[in-house]
Order: sequence, then C-alpha cells, then structure tokens
Amino acid sequence: MDLYEHQARELFEEHGIVAPRAAVTDSPKEARGIARTLGGQVVVKAQVKTGGRGKAGGVKFAADPAAAELTARQILGMDIKGHTVRKVMLAEPVEIESEYYVSYVLDRAAGTFLAIASAEGGMEIEEVATARPEAVARIPVDPAEGVTSAKAAEIAEAAALPPQTVDVLVRLWDVLVREDALLVEVNPLVRTKQGHILALDGKVTLDDNARFRQARWGADEVEHDDRLEAAAAAKGLNYVKLDGEVGIIGNGAGLVMSTLDVVAGCGARPANFLDIGGGASAQIMADGLSVILSDPAVKSVFVNVFGGITACDAVAEGIVQALDAVQLTKPLVVRLDGNNAARGRTVLDERAHPLVQQATTMDGAAARAAQLATAN
Amino acid sequence: MAIYLTKESKVLVQGMTGGEGMKHTRRMLAAGTDVVGGVNPRKAGRTVDFDDRAVPVFGSVAEGMEATGADVTVVFVPPAFAKAAVVEAADAGIGLAVVITEGIPVHDAVAFHAHAKSKGTRVIGPNCPGLITPGQSNAGIIPSDITKSGRIGLVSKSGTLTYQLMYELQDIGFSTCVGIGGDPVVGTTHIDCLAAFQDDADTELIVLIGEIGGDAEERAAAYIQEHVTKPVVGYIAGFTAPEGKTMGHAGAIVSGSSGTAQAKREALEAVGVRVGSTPTETAKLVLARLEEQG
Repeated sequence: MDLYEHQARELFEEHGIVAPRAAVTDSPKEARGIARTLGGQVVVKAQVKTGGRGKAGGVKFAADPAAAELTARQILGMDIKGHTVRKVMLAEPVEIESEYYVSYVLDRAAGTFLAIASAEGGMEIEEVATARPEAVARIPVDPAEGVTSAKAAEIAEAAALPPQTVDVLVRLWDVLVREDALLVEVNPLVRTKQGHILALDGKVTLDDNARFRQARWGADEVEHDDRLEAAAAAKGLNYVKLDGEVGIIGNGAGLVMSTLDVVAGCGARPANFLDIGGGASAQIMADGLSVILSDPAVKSVFVNVFGGITACDAVAEGIVQALDAVQLTKPLVVRLDGNNAARGRTVLDERAHPLVQQATTMDGAAARAAQLATAN
Repeated sequence: MAIYLTKESKVLVQGMTGGEGMKHTRRMLAAGTDVVGGVNPRKAGRTVDFDDRAVPVFGSVAEGMEATGADVTVVFVPPAFAKAAVVEAADAGIGLAVVITEGIPVHDAVAFHAHAKSKGTRVIGPNCPGLITPGQSNAGIIPSDITKSGRIGLVSKSGTLTYQLMYELQDIGFSTCVGIGGDPVVGTTHIDCLAAFQDDADTELIVLIGEIGGDAEERAAAYIQEHVTKPVVGYIAGFTAPEGKTMGHAGAIVSGSSGTAQAKREALEAVGVRVGSTPTETAKLVLARLEEQG
C-alpha cells in the first residue's frame, strides 16, 4: 500500500526525521485557519498517490490565509492523472539551498534492499539516472546489519551528500524496518539557507503482507477510488477494476492474468481481474459474480477455471449454487478444464441456465465471451 | 534423474498437523512422496495416521533429520511463523526448503533467504505450489494426477498456469515442474532452474513461464543466451495489466515502465526463445519443437 505524502511525513517525524511544519485538511475554510497558525504563507499540496503533481497544478504557493483558502478550494476535487484530490496538505515554506534524493528500495533480483542517493534531488530519480548515471549512488544494504552510522556515511559519501544527512539516512532505515516498508523515499531532502536538513516530500510503500503486525494501518486506511474495487475489497475478493466489457473470474493469479490477455487477443477488453483462488466455493463465486454484474460496463462474463486441487465438478456445483443466489443478467461463458472436467460440464448442462454457455478450451471460451461482449 | 527432487528424497513437513498440512501430506503420500515426518514442538512424539502410513511428529527439524535422514522440508506454517521455520530448517542443515506459505512479510523473506544462503540451504518459494517430479515425488501442492514422467522441464511463477501447461502436455510428460512463486523475492529463480535443467539428462526441452513484475525473465533471457543449449519455450502473463496495480501475486506489478510483459517477451524472443500468446499456443510450440528434434 502506498501512503499519502502527509502519512509519510507523519512516519518520518515519528522516527525523528524533521519536516517543515504542516497540517492536512479536506476543507478550504480549515485551510485558512491552518495557514494562519503556520504564519500566513504556505505551500498548498494536493494529496494524491501519483507523481507529477506540480506540473498538474496540484502544488501552489499562497501568500496569506485568504489565498490559502482560495487555493485549497481550487485544488480540492481536482483530477490528477485519474486521482481525485480529497485532501490538501498545507506546509510552511522553506528557503532551499540544496536539494538531495535519498531512498531505500527493495532490490528484487538481489533479494535485499538498496540505498539510492543523489546530490541532485527534486526531480524524478529515473530522469537523473538516465541523464547523469554517475550522479546516482546505489549501495546494497546487508539486511542483517542494516544501516549503521558507518554505512550511512558510506552512502552519503558515495552520493556526495553533506555529513549532516548521515543521521537522516540512519533514521530512514529505521522507518523502513520498523514500519515494514518496501520503499521509503525522501525527494527532495533539502538543506535550507539556515543550514537545516528537512524532508520536503516523501513516499512510503508499506508491505500489505505485514499488516497483521502493523496494527495502525487498518483496512479502512486503504481508500479505493473505484466503487467496485471498494465493494470487492469489503467481500475479501482479489479484484482489480479495468476499462473493458468482459468480466473475468478465474482461479490462480497467473491463470487470471493470462485470461485477460487471451480475451484482449480476441479483440475485446477485460473489465476486471478477479482471482477466486484454489477453493472456488459457491459463496466466493456468488460474491464475485455480484460485483462483476454490478459493473455497468460489463457485457459478458467469462469464468475460467482449471480444476487442480479442487475438481471441476465441485467448481460446477459452486457455480450452480451461485446462479441460485445471484440474478444473472448478462451472458456467462464457462470453461472448465482439468480434474473431473467432464463431470463438471455435465453438472452445468443439467442446470441448463439460458444465459450460461460452455466452451471446452480457454481460447474458444475467450473468443465466445469477446464476441458476446462486442456484438451488442 | 530430474532436478531437486527424486524418489530418494526424504521429506519433512513443517506445519503437517495443521489443516493445509494434513490435506497436502495425504496427497503427497498418495503421489509416492517419502514423507518421513512432521515437525511440531507441541506434538512431538506422536504419530499421525494417513491411510496406511503412520508418520511421526518431531519436535524440531534437526531431530527429524537425525531420526530419518530427511533432506527436504515443506513449510506450511502461517506467515507470522514462516521466518522462524525456515531459519530453523537452515540451521539444521537441510538441503532444500519448499515454502508454500502465502503472505509472508517481505522483510522476513529477505532475512530468511540471506540466512538460508549462508547455511547452504536452497529455498523454493515462498508463495509457491512447490515442485513435482512425476512418478517419483511431490513436495508441495501441485496436483500429481495431471501428467506423468517425461522429457519436459518446467519452471513457473504461477501455480495454475503450471497446471494448465502440464495438462496440455500431459501426453509428453515432465521431468520436474518447479513453481518458484509469485512473491517479489524468491529463493530459487528461473535462472537456477534453467541451469539445473540444462544439466539434467532427463530434460530435453524447458518451458519457462513468467509474469509481470521485476526483471527475472529478462535476466533469464540473458542466461539462456550464454548457458542454455536445450530448446526453451516461453509464456508470459499480464500484457493487459495496468501500471501500479498488484495482480493477485504480491510480486506481479508493473512499476512505471519496468516489469512489463512486453519487455519480457521481447527479451526472450531476442535470444531465440519462442513465446506463445496463449497457454494453448505455448503447448503447441512445445510439441512442434519436440517434433523438430525427433
């Protein structure tokens, strides 16, 4: 899960990384009051989980509390790359002398974490790395040792950062480990004209797998921009909304991703990703169908199941029960393959639902579902 | 011969007495796996009856290895306890730890992978279906009745796509199928399996299944060019996955322009690997390639 800037800032502060004074709000009126307590002048920043806010007009300077209210009103509700701005953060402006970049990121291939640092902060690090690779230091961190003062000094020196940043590097590692983060990034980390080191903007990605031991980030912290994703999450479904017209249900993440591709290859667009896992019970099938059928863009539904541990006849029984629980409003194409496939198909044939049809191969079923979705 | 797992393998199950552990130990035994014991400190000294076989429960991996000569462990323990389980197995000096558990925190996985490496223990997974050498042994949850022993080696990030390809190629059969798992950090990679299959006399052709996220497939392509002389047929899932969304597997995510299916496919094709557009087409490419070889 990605955190908003203001949440990342809160974590940094808790771990002793200093940031400019700031507060977050969803109300322009409140923005005026916050600006007053921060001394009048503020930077108003859209809280969205995407880059390029500045270019999109989501970060603006306000010279006094009245301007802060006006600016907050302009930014709240704005659409930035498909993300609606629901909150703004107001921060005290600082006089910047230098901007740096520091982060710890999971290095998947090496199976460990990597420190990335540069004395050229403020823009996307990928751009710096492309334009001037020598300006970006990449130092692997031994997970058993972590980032000690000596390690932090090594990172700072490699990136030509001032010695004052060593303390921030140690504390940032603390954020990564204690909060079970996969990414912690400060960009820019600045030195002010007064000589202070401040975290001006930050990004944190938390590990969803660690939620059981990170109680503060409950499920309600996850905001779904999409109504259907929110409904699916409430039912515990592994669902991602896409922009198409063929609803997809399958078992196993790889098979479902493959199903989306095969449908796209047939000239239609998948409406969603939905992995119902190995068990494929009647309940989860019914829950999945009800979410997909409530998507107005969906014209047909493709259920693609490979019976492995759960045999196809059990899956077919689940589908039949789900059909009793959910009012089917769109054509459903079912492909059952694998264990007891023939018996599973017989179960569905006997149910003889007018909107349900079967295909024996994945490619054939995808073609049929695509045809049904594009025909009407 | 096969890779990593043969009929000689003696298998312990950590978490055998839990629901999933019981269910899959029964299935492994039915597939011919020599399951020599379970591990659970609270149930040490008991035995568990599986149809016609009584399997002893040991208090630790070390005890189980000493009593039985076990060289493989399959880990079914819940995510919160997985790190301790793998560290214990590595400390006991086991050769292979197959971690089925899904949902292990990445910091825990990073820690146990580093520890296992330092002890010389190979880890497969986590968040994987395990591996099967058909007709010999099955360590994990791959259905054993899909196919038989044969000359194809398979390595995959995905369980169900593995089953699908095993099913489509059931008449040819497989030497070993390895599900390496869908987490961002896994112990055994595509490259490890390619190297093992290249050296395996029973394997004539290798099927490589990948998906979005990371650059394991691109690295595998570079490895194939340098080191693999056996034919490789590939399949990649996730062409239609949007940027920034996790698609079921924790590791299946396109970040910015990296980790895309297109880049992986191009990398593989650039080194002469034929890549199917669908699982079925992939199976057909395998058949065609085997026919060319005679």
